[in-house]
This record gives sequence, C-alpha cells and structure tokens, in this order.
Amino acid sequence: MIAIPATRPRSNIRVDLQIIADMVTPGSRVLDVGCGDGALLDWLQHNKSVDGRGIEWSQAGVNNCVRQGLSVIQGDAETDLRDYPSEAFDYVILSQTLQATFDPKVVLGEVVRIGRRAIVSFPNFGVWHIRLALLLTGRMPVTDSLDSAWYETPNIHLCTISDFVELCDDLGIVIEQGMVLDRKGQARQLRAPGFMSNLLGEQGLFVLSRR
Amino acid sequence: MTDLQRHAMTAPEVRPAMAPVAPGIVLPGQRLEFPALEPLPLDCGVSLAPFTVAYQTYGTLNADKSNAILVCHALTGDQFVAEIHPVTGKPGWWETMVGPGLVFDTDRYFIICTNVLGGCMGSSGPATVNPATGQPWGLSFPVITIRDMVRAQKRLIDHLGIDSLFCVTGGSMGGMQVLEWAACYPERVFSAMPIATAARHSAQNIAFHEVGRQAIMADPEWSGGSYQRQGKRPERGLAVARMAAHITYLSEAALHRKFGRSLQDREQLSFGFDADFQVESYLRHQGSIFVDRFDANSYLYITRACDYFDLAAEHGGTLANAFRGTKTRFCIVSFTSDWLYPTSENRAVVHALNAAAANVSFVEIATDKGHDAFLLEEPEFFATVGGFLNGCAEHRGLKRP
Repeated sequence: MIAIPATRPRSNIRVDLQIIADMVTPGSRVLDVGCGDGALLDWLQHNKSVDGRGIEWSQAGVNNCVRQGLSVIQGDAETDLRDYPSEAFDYVILSQTLQATFDPKVVLGEVVRIGRRAIVSFPNFGVWHIRLALLLTGRMPVTDSLDSAWYETPNIHLCTISDFVELCDDLGIVIEQGMVLDRKGQARQLRAPGFMSNLLGEQGLFVLSRR
Repeated sequence: MTDLQRHAMTAPEVRPAMAPVAPGIVLPGQRLEFPALEPLPLDCGVSLAPFTVAYQTYGTLNADKSNAILVCHALTGDQFVAEIHPVTGKPGWWETMVGPGLVFDTDRYFIICTNVLGGCMGSSGPATVNPATGQPWGLSFPVITIRDMVRAQKRLIDHLGIDSLFCVTGGSMGGMQVLEWAACYPERVFSAMPIATAARHSAQNIAFHEVGRQAIMADPEWSGGSYQRQGKRPERGLAVARMAAHITYLSEAALHRKFGRSLQDREQLSFGFDADFQVESYLRHQGSIFVDRFDANSYLYITRACDYFDLAAEHGGTLANAFRGTKTRFCIVSFTSDWLYPTSENRAVVHALNAAAANVSFVEIATDKGHDAFLLEEPEFFATVGGFLNGCAEHRGLKRP
C-alpha cells in the first residue's frame, strides 16, 4: 500500500511559501507553475481547500506529487501554459521559477492571462551582497538561494527587482502588491519599489494582474 | 402472458457465460442479456438487439454505490482481470494491480470489468450466435466502435444502479474506452485514468492492425469469415497477426535484453528457416498460445474499432471540446519506451484537458519495457496509480478499509 497522509492541517512550509499561501483566498482555483515537490499545493489544498493544480518540469517532482494525490502534470512553463483558457484560475503562482525559464517575458504574459492574479517570486540579483561579491571577487556570485556555479545553474535569466518592475511596466502588467523578503524570509511591504528595496531585498514577491 | 414472461422480454437477464472459443467451459462471472426491446444503437447506423455483456467483478459495492471502478481491458484482454484465466489457466492480466491490499484494493473498491462488445469471452461478438438465424454472426456482425463498446458498458452500469463510477481506467484500447466514457458520460465518471493510450489511432497504428487483419484473411481456413460454420479455424493467420502485434508491444531495448541474437536450442545457424533465434521461437510461441483463447473475427472487429477511434473527430475536430466543462479528475500515464502509444499522444490528451481547464495529472514512467509496461511490475507506475486513487478517494469521501 502507498501511504497517503490523511486530511489534516499542514504546517511547516518554507517561510516564503507561507507568505504566498497566506495571500490565497480559501476555495479558489490555483495553478502552481514549477510546483517542485508539491509542498505549497499540498498545504493550500489541506488548509485552504483550494482546487489546486501544478506543473513541474522534473519527473521525480511530478511523480512525488501525484503519489501524494496532488493534480500535477509533467510539463514546462514555456510550452504548456498556452493551452489554458484565459482566467482559468484565480491565482497562478510562479514561485522561484521565472528566472529558470527560457523566455520569462512570454511566461509572465501567460501567467497573468490564465490567472486573474499571478503571484511571482524570484531571487533579487540586485541585493547588496551580490553586487559586492561581484565587485570584490570578479566571480559570479554563489549564495544560499543561488547555490550553483554559473555553468550548472538552472537560473538562466536572473534579474533584479528594478528589472522586473520595468518588464511588468513594458508588458502592461499591473503590480497590485509588492514586497521584499530578507535573508530569513521575513517580508517587508513595498510602497514603491525603489533603490533601497532593490539593494536590501533577498527576494522580490509580487501580486500581478492584467490591465 | 405471465408476469414472468413479460419480465423476461423487457428486463435484462443475468446468466453464466460461455466462451465461443472454448466450447464447454463455463466462464466465471456474469452475463447480462439485454432483451430485444432494449436495442443498442451503434455508430454504424444499425441497432443490436438482443445483446449480451459478460462481466466479472471483484470486491463489494458499498451501500451508496460510490466505490465502483470500471476497468477496461485492452485489445486482446478480457474480463478476467485478477483470477486464473478459465481458458488459459494463466494469472489475470492485472493480477499485480487488482486484489486485497493492492493498488486497486478490492477491500476498498468494487472492481467491474466487462468483455468488450465484439469480444469473444461471452459478450456479443462475431463468434456468438445471431438469434435471428441461429448461426454464428461471423462477418454479418455489425462493425462496432470504441463508443459502441462504452455504450454497452453503460447499460451494465445502469443495470447495476451505479450513478457515478468512482473511477474508469484501462490501458491501451482500455484507455480509449476511458477517454470515451469521460467524453460521453462525464457526470457518471468521478475520475478517469487512461494509461498508455491515444485519443486517435495514428497511421502507424492502423498500418500494424492492417497487417494483422490481412494475415488472418489470407489464411484459407478463414473462409471469408464463415470458418465456424465450416468447422475450421484460421489459426495460422491469427498467430501471425499476434506475432506482428506482439513486436509493437515491446521495445527494441527489451527485445535485445531478453533475446539479443541468442540461438534457440542450437550451437550454430541452421542455414534454414527453422526458428534459429530465440526471438523467433518466442514469437511463434506467443502466436500459438493466442489462438487457443481468441477468435479471429473478433480480432478483425476489435482492431477496426481501434482504427476508427478519433475522439477529436467526434467533437468537431477539437479534442478539447470532448472535455469542456468536465468535473472529472484525470490522471494520464505514459511510458518512455512505448512507441505504439507514445508519450506525445498521451500528452496531446493532457493539452486538450488543460485547454478545457480540467483537473489533470500526467506522469511519464521511465522504463525500457515498451507498451507492455502497463501490464508489468513497475513500482513507480503502481505508486502513481495508488496516489491518484487515494487522492480521489479523499475528495469523494470514501472510507479507508
């Protein structure tokens, strides 16, 4: 027999995932793009009774999710998002995934099309210690959240919070809410994303919608 | 007319089944006879009446009839999913999956499997007797489709009083029936798990089937399809059809691993046309045992049903239309080395389900065992199926055993 956890409230998901989870309205339709091992989906399904779906690129991740009873497909954000009808979901979540896509611009356009809202988080390459590391060592920075060497990193399209805000602007995407997370994953709300948040934020986390 | 007689004319009747291919053997399970007054309208335009659905069940239907799983068998499978086969004496084709404590846990679920319409294990098919003539149907049996098979199954499910099947599942041609169920009767299907299948038969699939049919029809014993009446059996043709098909169920890697170029019971080549190689001997064996349990005309009809299958064409040319508004939970499974129903075909179904915003899981299992992998011991596959079923059971509120 395959052990499947019974229905019970889940706890202990990563702090940044918890912040995303807290933004989701109970009972809503959620698509988690790049859902990994399904931790966020599982939490949302059991604590907020969402109608949750996932897309995950790695076969091991998908198998692990389906084994837990989660609705996850093996696929990739680049090619599989275009199938979904517009506003098929209340939330499309893109957590730490955007920087690993081949065409972040297309993906960003798709997530705000198929979701009434998109929740997007990514590592901020503009944070002070990355800037400093590059300046002082002249080598590609390796950090806690970006822990691979340049030649094997899946993160092929890194950006800063300022870059991201500019792209949203170019695409006509509305930033409904923005925040930065510090090293411990604690959130700080942004009134207007600017120089200081780009310098101090480890991660950017944005709630987006189509204009 | 007495009440009893009237009842016999209007209500389906349950009887033990007999297999036309193995006269004298009473098959386990049930046989439901639908009377002349309840004809089955077929895609070819005619109605079949009376008609019979032979089926087998495992486990117990719960009080609110919410735990029924319909398992659909593949091309040459039958309803004997999880028991010693009454004709061949071999284990059931999904014995590793269906049983107490297994993935399809018969302590928890009620498993139903029907012999498909056109089959030869007790359901109406070309080898059964046409009540109008008292002779075997042969080629006068109407050409049937996957949708016709599903219509016949639905009659049985209606008869059993099951409003909503907890799951419909099956591999290969069984998977086509699953897709057809989900498209035709979405409100009757809580969850659907089509495995190693496709929403349409490709040119290559049709081509292989045609080779099989031509092999049968080229056998003089086939006698224009009326071999039963003449006391003949087109065994050679059917065996060749099976041999050709069997190759498509395996993979190059699996064949190489199993046989390589090893010789059969000899040290050197015979410079003749005996089965020098083990792979030849294996295929000949597969062909020869197949003819003991399968009817040649059934093979023609069922392969035709697969070839005609094109779910998108049934829905205005757009596959997603088959699933619009569906509430069914889907899990699609494919196998990396399956070149008969490759991952790309399964993924096309996933894309269509996404376009319909359906609830879908999709897993590709890494294996070198080819299409046949869905019948074999694949732990990752079992874990996927078990996880999906458990997740669905949680949503359905099914109690654990």
